[in-house]
Amino acid sequence: MADIDPMAEIRASFFIECEELLESLQDGLTAMDDGDFDSETINVCFRAVHSIKGGAGAFGLEALVRFAHRFETVMDEIRNGRLEPTRDTISLFFRGADVLFDLVRASRDDESLDDATVELILVDLEALVGARLAEEEAEEAEGADFTPMSLSLDPIDGDDHSGFALMDLDAPLDDPAIPPTSSAPAGFKIAFHPAAELFASGNEPRHMLAALRDFGEPHITCDLSNLPDLTGLVPEQGVVGWHITLETSARKEEIAEVFEFVDGLCELSIEATGSAPALPDLESIDLENIVIPGPRPDDDTPPQDATPEPAPATPPSASSPPAPAKSKDKSTGSAKATVRVDLDRIERLVNLVGELVINQAMLSQSITEAGVPTNSAVGSGLEEFLQLTRDIQESVMMIRAQPVKSLFQRMSRIIRESSAMVGKSVRFVTEGEQTEIDKTVLERLADPLTHMVRNAVDHGLENTDGRLAAGKSADGIVTLTAAHKSGRVVLEVKDDGSGINRERVKQIAEDKGLIPPGVQMQDQEIDNLLFLPGFSTATEVSDLSGRGVGMDVVRSAIQALGGRVTITSEPGSGTTFSISLPLTLAVLDGMVVETGGETLVVPLGSIAETLTLTAADIEQLGADTTLVRIREEFVPILDLAVELGFRTPLEGYEGRSVLLITSEDNSRTALVVDRIVEQRQVVIKGLQESYGRVAGIAAATILGNGRIALILDPTDLIASAGSSGPHSAQPFAIAG
Amino acid sequence: MNIPAIEDTEQDPSRQELLSFHVGLQEYSIDIISVREIRSWTEATPLPHAPPYVRGVINLRGTVLPIIDLAKRLAIPAGEKTDRNVIVVVQSGDNTVGLLVDAVSDIFTVSDSELQAPPDMSSDGSLKCVRALTIYEDRMLRVLDLAAVLPQPDSEAA
Repeated sequence: MADIDPMAEIRASFFIECEELLESLQDGLTAMDDGDFDSETINVCFRAVHSIKGGAGAFGLEALVRFAHRFETVMDEIRNGRLEPTRDTISLFFRGADVLFDLVRASRDDESLDDATVELILVDLEALVGARLAEEEAEEAEGADFTPMSLSLDPIDGDDHSGFALMDLDAPLDDPAIPPTSSAPAGFKIAFHPAAELFASGNEPRHMLAALRDFGEPHITCDLSNLPDLTGLVPEQGVVGWHITLETSARKEEIAEVFEFVDGLCELSIEATGSAPALPDLESIDLENIVIPGPRPDDDTPPQDATPEPAPATPPSASSPPAPAKSKDKSTGSAKATVRVDLDRIERLVNLVGELVINQAMLSQSITEAGVPTNSAVGSGLEEFLQLTRDIQESVMMIRAQPVKSLFQRMSRIIRESSAMVGKSVRFVTEGEQTEIDKTVLERLADPLTHMVRNAVDHGLENTDGRLAAGKSADGIVTLTAAHKSGRVVLEVKDDGSGINRERVKQIAEDKGLIPPGVQMQDQEIDNLLFLPGFSTATEVSDLSGRGVGMDVVRSAIQALGGRVTITSEPGSGTTFSISLPLTLAVLDGMVVETGGETLVVPLGSIAETLTLTAADIEQLGADTTLVRIREEFVPILDLAVELGFRTPLEGYEGRSVLLITSEDNSRTALVVDRIVEQRQVVIKGLQESYGRVAGIAAATILGNGRIALILDPTDLIASAGSSGPHSAQPFAIAG
Repeated sequence: MNIPAIEDTEQDPSRQELLSFHVGLQEYSIDIISVREIRSWTEATPLPHAPPYVRGVINLRGTVLPIIDLAKRLAIPAGEKTDRNVIVVVQSGDNTVGLLVDAVSDIFTVSDSELQAPPDMSSDGSLKCVRALTIYEDRMLRVLDLAAVLPQPDSEAA
């Protein structure tokens, strides 16, 4: 972290911005896909691509600029209403967005992308426009002789096949209040002389001049009349001015808006030209209510007398979306104010708060040990301190929390790609996009979720014929939901396919020797076979499967995050995979226990219940296995201290405490410990980084006395006990 | 006092400063660059399934620090446990671990020419941990190869 190149920093923030822009592009396209062709939606997409192009240009990222430019050009066709946003077009745009995403990534990481794929999509994209343009040219030629009598009033659907519509290109699409008549080429004469303050405040006349292009083709001449001799030149002084003739149908305010930010920092005059003689003094007329109807006398186009409509047009409502030029400058108008903070800093804060929690616990402990009564001033002060610490901790965790939206958007791409690959038509539905999860968790979820989503498309959904035969719609539906449930985040990947074919799953497991043949199994147990290493149901290897990654990898990835995966499947109506995750990786609700002279923490989430053993509950089975009877069920006992090698097995377990652990496959194990100490929140400290993985141990934490206690991973512990310990014959190890 | 020596090593890459300590009856040393700090012994929390020379983990200002019992690692009899027993916190690559030694003795400077390769006795696994031998004040000093001493996270996982 020595010398940070300032350029590198700016570049890094450009790429962060790109991610945001790509996200809004996805949002916009999704909205369009859902039938929202509001001009603002289209503008958002266009602006996103445009901004990426602009930034990329500044950093000399040529491949990105080239693609963004051509993509943008095609998008502009939609924006101008020349190209109909059909479903095919939008799906092509989605692909374009995907390529743009790849290009951004590649530029960021200084990699190069396969030009062929990029070119392919561009060809497809431009074929859209090419077709359009060719069509238009033909029509234009054809339509040159006649004057269209009416124009479409809907600017979006303005796929008007008239020559005139072509002239209307630059009318602001987002203001349907302007009747088409106003688009008769009126114009403005603008004189713009920036003062020194304009430059001092960081404004750039070039951008304003460029923004005028949104209204029409400006003819700009530079006014050098104020240019002094070289000797008299003060570089800070604005001496150059511009005269612009702009042929446009836009209203004066819209033009003035371009210069809104430099109001008072320049000499500016905007005069209407070519307007109808009926409106001689535009300056004095309330432009809000009047639109310039007249055609320019010297215009080449035949005047549109057919629709003179003297224009008491509806005044544009206050809430109408801002003109494109303006919104372009302020890319995120009403977004919440945010601050970009380096993740390392947050990480540091999280660690410090972690320390604070530990320190607070140590302080409480020593005060209790000193015999200070809890109702004393110190005691109540400590109580408040505790509360404050908790609040701080929660707030800090909130900083790291991020909505799952970005992850869901990535999944939507996976769906598009995988459905195209297997030739199924899939509708992707998301719910709860705003649900927040710790950023680290979010990042590490991408891979397992990708796999599950692919599985849903590849294995979950039937092909179109199968769906139709089953009386379902041709489009398969994959639903991705996120929600907070009792202190955890639950993500669900649901398909409306045929459900798990349990017969086949069991057959395959038997064929592969994963289970002994002929075993009676419950549905749930069969479903869990999918998580076994080396299991894959795909009889024919499709493009999507055969990646060497199975559901077992998905499960271990989720478990590494402190999460659980469960399957529910209904024959004929689909399969749901649920992932339940902790809100954060940094704190854990745990039960502190003592056994074999050591203190350990067991995650509260894995404990179904606790009880104290009596002689009557304990039964022996064979030589090594002890069972405990819990209500009507016998559960095998696992001595935690023995399992971890802290002591040799005890003679009897009477009077010991038992934690009843329920595994994912619903099998239960009674974990025996000497004593349950308390239930508390602990700060998780990674063990993996400093030492490596320890079987049965998830992480470590620091206790109130400053010592380290290990946090147990009960599922892993039970699984490894099943495979290596004396209890290997137990059925509970099957899907562990 | 050693400031000139430090300058020496900076100017002359062939010279290095070593920290020496006692393990049982033998004297070992490590490159002082890798030493982060020296702290008094605190009881470690044992790790299950760990090799015998891993004493467990301790809390080093909020981080989890694995402790290696150097005597066990080198398979030599440990000295008497006294309150002079210390943990030398060392860093090697991305790994930070604590080495449990009997007592720290000295800091001295040697040049590369004063180091000699240990005899090739590949049958004795513990010798892999010794990078070189040198003579200091007429005593034989063993220079440890830290990377070889530290547990390799992958291989130790099982």
